[in-house]
Amino acid sequence: MTEEKKSNEKNAGQILLEELEPNTGQKARGFKGFWLSIRIPILAVFSGLVLSAILIILTSEDVYAGFGAGLGPGFRAVWNVVVDSYGALFAGSLGSPAQIVSALQSGDGLAIRRAFNPFLESLVASTPYIFAGLAVALGFRSGLFNIGVEGQLFLGAIFSAFVGYSITGVPAIIHIPLALLAGALGGAIWGFIPGWLKAKTGGHEVINTIMMNYIAFRLSEWLLTGPMKRPDSYNPISPTISENAMLYRFFQDPIRFHAGFFIALAVAWAAYWFLFKTKWGFNFRSVGANPNAARYAGMNITTTTVLAMALSGALAGLAGANEVLGVNHNLALAFSSGYGFDSIALALLGNSHPLGVVLASLLFGTLRNGATKMMVVTGIPIDIISVLQAVILMFIAAPAIIRTIYRLRKPKDEEEDSTLQSFGG
Amino acid sequence: MTPILELRGITKRFPGVLANDSIDLTLEKGEIHALLGENGAGKTTLMNILYGLYDPDEGEVFIQGEKAKIESPTDAIEQGIGMVHQHFMLIPVFTVTENVMLGEEAVKAGGILDRALAAGDIRTISEKYHLEVPPEAYIKDLPVGVQQRVEIIKLLYRKADILIFDEPTAVLTPQEADELFKIMRSLTEQGKSIIFITHKLREVLDVADRITVIRRGKVIGTTTPQDANQAKLAEMMVGREVDLELERSELKAGDPVLTVNDLVVADDRNQIAVDGVSFEVRAGEVLGIAGVQGNGQTELVETVTGLRHPMEGDIRILGSDVTHAAPRQITESGVAHVPEDRQRDGLILSFPVVDNLALQTYYMPPNAKGVVLQEEQMMQTAEKMIEDFDIRTPGPMTSVGSLSGGNQQKVIVAREFSRPIKLLVASQPTRGLDVGSIEYIHNRILEKRDNGCAVLLVSPELDEVMQLSDRIAVMYRGKILAILDSAEARKEQVGLLMAGITSEVQSG
Repeated sequence: MTEEKKSNEKNAGQILLEELEPNTGQKARGFKGFWLSIRIPILAVFSGLVLSAILIILTSEDVYAGFGAGLGPGFRAVWNVVVDSYGALFAGSLGSPAQIVSALQSGDGLAIRRAFNPFLESLVASTPYIFAGLAVALGFRSGLFNIGVEGQLFLGAIFSAFVGYSITGVPAIIHIPLALLAGALGGAIWGFIPGWLKAKTGGHEVINTIMMNYIAFRLSEWLLTGPMKRPDSYNPISPTISENAMLYRFFQDPIRFHAGFFIALAVAWAAYWFLFKTKWGFNFRSVGANPNAARYAGMNITTTTVLAMALSGALAGLAGANEVLGVNHNLALAFSSGYGFDSIALALLGNSHPLGVVLASLLFGTLRNGATKMMVVTGIPIDIISVLQAVILMFIAAPAIIRTIYRLRKPKDEEEDSTLQSFGG
Repeated sequence: MTPILELRGITKRFPGVLANDSIDLTLEKGEIHALLGENGAGKTTLMNILYGLYDPDEGEVFIQGEKAKIESPTDAIEQGIGMVHQHFMLIPVFTVTENVMLGEEAVKAGGILDRALAAGDIRTISEKYHLEVPPEAYIKDLPVGVQQRVEIIKLLYRKADILIFDEPTAVLTPQEADELFKIMRSLTEQGKSIIFITHKLREVLDVADRITVIRRGKVIGTTTPQDANQAKLAEMMVGREVDLELERSELKAGDPVLTVNDLVVADDRNQIAVDGVSFEVRAGEVLGIAGVQGNGQTELVETVTGLRHPMEGDIRILGSDVTHAAPRQITESGVAHVPEDRQRDGLILSFPVVDNLALQTYYMPPNAKGVVLQEEQMMQTAEKMIEDFDIRTPGPMTSVGSLSGGNQQKVIVAREFSRPIKLLVASQPTRGLDVGSIEYIHNRILEKRDNGCAVLLVSPELDEVMQLSDRIAVMYRGKILAILDSAEARKEQVGLLMAGITSEVQSG
């Protein structure tokens, strides 16, 4: 063959990964730009909800019974099933409007708190998603596919739990940052290893991070049945952390809303500032968008890769620390309901932008929280949320599907670019 | 006489672009008809319609006076239309016979390939059309010019009467190009008709019977070599007068800026790509490295700019040893690099123009204060560069991927030329660009030269090298065969060197 163009050789996997990469081109400023970037995620969520509703209808006994009796009863059953399920979802995640109104009218502190608890619990559920989503987003922006968030999150939990229960007599103002930093460190180490392997050997981070996940799971099992086990228990659970290491809770039990939420928001802002306002962030994003050009511009790909994986791991570690220090106050097996894996869909939904990640995290956290109530009220298993997330992910990974269904046009084509014609014509 | 091919009113729209605007074209039997236009003018779209890859929105195709329905390349081939693409569609590990047979296999009973029969047919075609090819050779062992002949034989094997050549000389040495033109004439003498797509003015005047110029999707006019010259054709292509004559002022060479000694460099497959090369470039002069792509120029440029480390030898820039220096170190010492693949290496297509303009300087003042990027400052600088270098873009925030090739190259040029530089390394700086952009870039390069910058120019376009360079080095298989003063160098001589034929062999 005459010319060997490195850039032209792509296999199916690379083409898929390209579709998943963040959309960094700015087509328009201001509101129009915001709408263009949010358009497909919103439609993806909407489509996901529609498909999940269809699934609920198809698996509902009441619907079949209704159609058995006739078309009219059938459609009524469909309507009822959907309203009941999504109603329970809504009430479970955000609170029932009726309850909120009456509580506010009564002025009773306890009633108000109870009315708002679903909403506050949604925020609690969103918090680990924010950290984990930021971890994945940072990775994506730097051209790395960090599938190891779950494992890094575990390491963060392990480190922060250890600092949480093994140090005593230290005031909260020192203990909490220390424990958080320990969590970040644990995650950073777990991210550094596959990063270093990629930089030095070219070993793909997807494989290595997945492997590291399994190592992390087994490591935590061993620690929790051995060195880190609570002395007076037969269960694989760590000692409770010191009170000075617990993240501040704003309300009394059973409301669990804690300071971790605001820490997450602060970290999201810091991630935004880092990525878009500093020269380091410019470096990361350039390497992610075009490593060849980054090399030509003098950037060190090796250093960037290692740093990005370590930072990404640190963020994931914070997710684990958040659960230990803010929610459970100890470390136990299966403390994570798959945050690491959900966070990948989440980061994609948020276009790997910190703001998008926060919004998507709020959505996912809310849905997960509501699904628990929905399961209690309607019996629909909580796995429906996984279906919903999977459908959303599918639509995000193939924006062409959304565009075809809703007859959107690719943003680039909507602009008559006179510059597409050659200069001088 | 009915033309063998007629296109009437062909119109094709893509979102946002009118690629072909009511194009009429006729091809007489036995003629070589050149389709001339800049990149983005619509020539390739038109040919893709003819070859069945696109459907026209309006218009019709007539073959031998009869309306033709071409919905796929298979239809096109059945109706006698064949296309030799710019990037060959050959399988390197198959033989010539196997490649030609592919899709039209000759079989014996039971589905067994009949290579001998096919080889025989190939030899017949070879003799008839003077297309010498060894049927049993593997494609990967054949030189590019011979590979192209295999592509032509593929078409003749399928009884094509209308042959379309898409930028066929992009990969050939001047001698190979002349051979190709001889073949094209011989094909037309035997009754074939040829459409020849190109943007090279000189070739068109050499070989075409008629020339149709396309600009921005419209036919500007059809003329003949007798009635037109390069300047007139360029004007038709671009829409304004184009100065094709480059005035190179007298050489005022200073001290050597770049010195390369006995450089040996391996490529990605650990083969020796640069085999003991030595040269120097002085301030205020242009040293042009001529040669067909693939003879080590890429690796040489990468080593000089720090992207690759040599196995042996050393490189000095203004006296300092930079043999193993990092790319950023070399850039900071006053070196600018225009890479040969602007989209892969020179730009981040998804980033806005302002970021691409700051790609080499984002990390230092005034673009960065400490760790923080100074966005306002970057925008101001970008706006100035856009004005100074006449970059056609809606604004600094437009993503650079939506600019035309010429303007993308201008972004790179603006970025590299706006720094105080002592050495400019320009690798294929006008690849894929239109006449207007080429004129612009050549002028800026000479401007740098006149201001005392040393310029190392690498280009497979011999005309470009000869126009711009004060001295010409010819690279072949990793070695520099000769360094000639451009005043004394003759095109034929350089062309032979590019093919590896040194003067000893020439005279001996």
